[in-house]
Amino acid sequence: MDAFKKFTGIVAPLDRSNVDTDAIIPKQFLKSIKRTGFGPNLFDEWRYLDRGEPGIDCSGRPLNMDFVLNNARYQGAQVLLARDNFGCGSSREHAPWALEDYGFRVIIAPSFADIFFNNCFKNGLLPIVLQSEIMDKLFQMAVTDQALELTVDLEAQTISLPDGESISFEVGEFRKHCLLNGLDDIGLTLQHVDAIKSYEARQQQAAPWLFTQ
Amino acid sequence: MKTLYDKLWEAHVVRSEADGTSLLYIDRHLVHEVTSPQAFEGLRLAGRKPWRIGANLATPDHNVPTQDRDKGITDPVARLQVETLDKNCQEFGITEFEMDDIRQGIVHVVSPEEGATLPGMTLVCGDSHTATHGALGALAFGIGTSEVEHVLATQCLIQKKSKNMLIKLEGKLGQGVDAKDLVLAIIGEIGTAGGTGYAIEFAGEAIRDLSVEGRMTVCNMTIEAGARVGLVAADDTTIEYVKGRPYAPECETWDRAVEAWKDLHSDEGAQFDRVVTIDATQIQPQMTWGTSPEMVVPVTGRVPDPAQEPDPVKADGMRRALEYMGLEAGTPCSAIRPDVVFIGSCTNSRIEDLRDAAAVAKGRRVADTIKQALVVPGSGLVKQQAEEEGLDKIFIEAGFEWRDPGCSMCLAMNADRLEPGERCASTSNRNFEGRQGAGGRTHLVGPAMAAAAAVTGHFIDVRSL
Repeated sequence: MDAFKKFTGIVAPLDRSNVDTDAIIPKQFLKSIKRTGFGPNLFDEWRYLDRGEPGIDCSGRPLNMDFVLNNARYQGAQVLLARDNFGCGSSREHAPWALEDYGFRVIIAPSFADIFFNNCFKNGLLPIVLQSEIMDKLFQMAVTDQALELTVDLEAQTISLPDGESISFEVGEFRKHCLLNGLDDIGLTLQHVDAIKSYEARQQQAAPWLFTQ
Repeated sequence: MKTLYDKLWEAHVVRSEADGTSLLYIDRHLVHEVTSPQAFEGLRLAGRKPWRIGANLATPDHNVPTQDRDKGITDPVARLQVETLDKNCQEFGITEFEMDDIRQGIVHVVSPEEGATLPGMTLVCGDSHTATHGALGALAFGIGTSEVEHVLATQCLIQKKSKNMLIKLEGKLGQGVDAKDLVLAIIGEIGTAGGTGYAIEFAGEAIRDLSVEGRMTVCNMTIEAGARVGLVAADDTTIEYVKGRPYAPECETWDRAVEAWKDLHSDEGAQFDRVVTIDATQIQPQMTWGTSPEMVVPVTGRVPDPAQEPDPVKADGMRRALEYMGLEAGTPCSAIRPDVVFIGSCTNSRIEDLRDAAAVAKGRRVADTIKQALVVPGSGLVKQQAEEEGLDKIFIEAGFEWRDPGCSMCLAMNADRLEPGERCASTSNRNFEGRQGAGGRTHLVGPAMAAAAAVTGHFIDVRSL
């Protein structure tokens, strides 16, 4: 996983709540056994007018020009604004894979579904929770301004607006550390092999039925 | 004084960081074909091996065909994914119930059926409906593929503890009201994000009265209320259910286990961060009308009007849902006519579900207006038992199709799917846009209600049949 660095990127507003992971990446693309290449099928059913199938070249497909990501001003967007409960439903990690592959690095919403939120951090994607009032303002700016750009600084935990205003955000210490350093969770956990082994030995005595095969 | 969730959590913490991030030991890991290939590939690339092979149990379910199994999987992309699971399990030595095994089925049906889900366990799977297993007093939750790889490699997960929520169902459920109605009513009450950040324990008389299968239906849909974890305290019903299953302990170990399981309940006076009390006696048979599980009404009611909704974002969502569903506000639920009926999924494909549906179907005929009515048992063993009880004949005589086990039309990864605009009475768990096929329209109901819709051609209060 790449280390998360400070960046300035275009903001795309997706103004609906309860966006589920089925919408982010529809089921037919889950048949892939790879973890890359999902970007062209991100929001497939909203983004295109025809039915998407795995393996089809998306460059010639008819676009739904009413869908926000097809609007010229949001091309190259790296920050996605969303509403409440973004990423609800299925645990498919294909959802953050698709968002990341498309080019998003940050998703800002008033709330996220738990599994999706967790999956983002495993893929270098930063989900940021902001209050609804601030979200309303950002949505307003993203719609009215010419291609709103935000600067996201994870180290300082701030989002900077073009007018110089700075919004701070919360992020768990451990997750921040992992993102900033691009750390592999498994590698970190394996530093505690002894602790796992001694836990296991204790449990095998205390609750042997948990180890039936 | 501890909650059940506190007890399960504390018993599995290997170590904790200062900020509360903990390394949690995982007793059981269920594996299926969709969320595991990238995890196995990750293991291979890093030269790692599964930490404890016996903790894993695999079966293909999402992609498998539900008919003509002898012809194999015709979709080459799906076939490759199932073959990849077979190969990975062989390479790493993991037990897999392959497609032609009688024990194959939906992971969340198979594991409890085998006794591979035990009270007091931690259990995870790359599938959000893993909360199902909480019905047995196990700490069970869905994970992403990176975490699948993490569990395979370390037998642990890096987790932060959730908050505690208690949902108390007071009183008894009425005649003809089932576990699905109960959980849909709960989601209607707390909303699709009402449980975000919480582990939910379901308690009260109406829960105690449920069989383990009914409790599984309730816990299964916890994620539809936003919570990763759903729990029911272990009791005699649980112990009776587990006894004698292939993976269950035996003899002395069984006795020790039962003794330990007696503590799997929240202590009297334990503190919950949120308590919701619901009068179970007032719950009516439910159906969803929209594109989120929280968009639910009693079947005796009408499709709600967004104009009555004060929250503008919510009202906008309702309008969008009505448009997608092809419905008008104020329409009586009984005037809505499905094209397709689907009885199955990890929510409602166990033997008791099939019995409930068969009781309604018996001696009746699927209405002429229904294009297709599918019954998809949750596992090969459920199918076998249903056939022993003659349920297959009841369904077939009534005009239903009797299929092989798998996830099927719940998420339409195989050939079982809705066409654009088709309306479905479905016993599954999600009514999201396109979930059962692009443009498909899903109404979630319980198994008896789905059968009732099939035989009458419209949604109807099953109690009035």
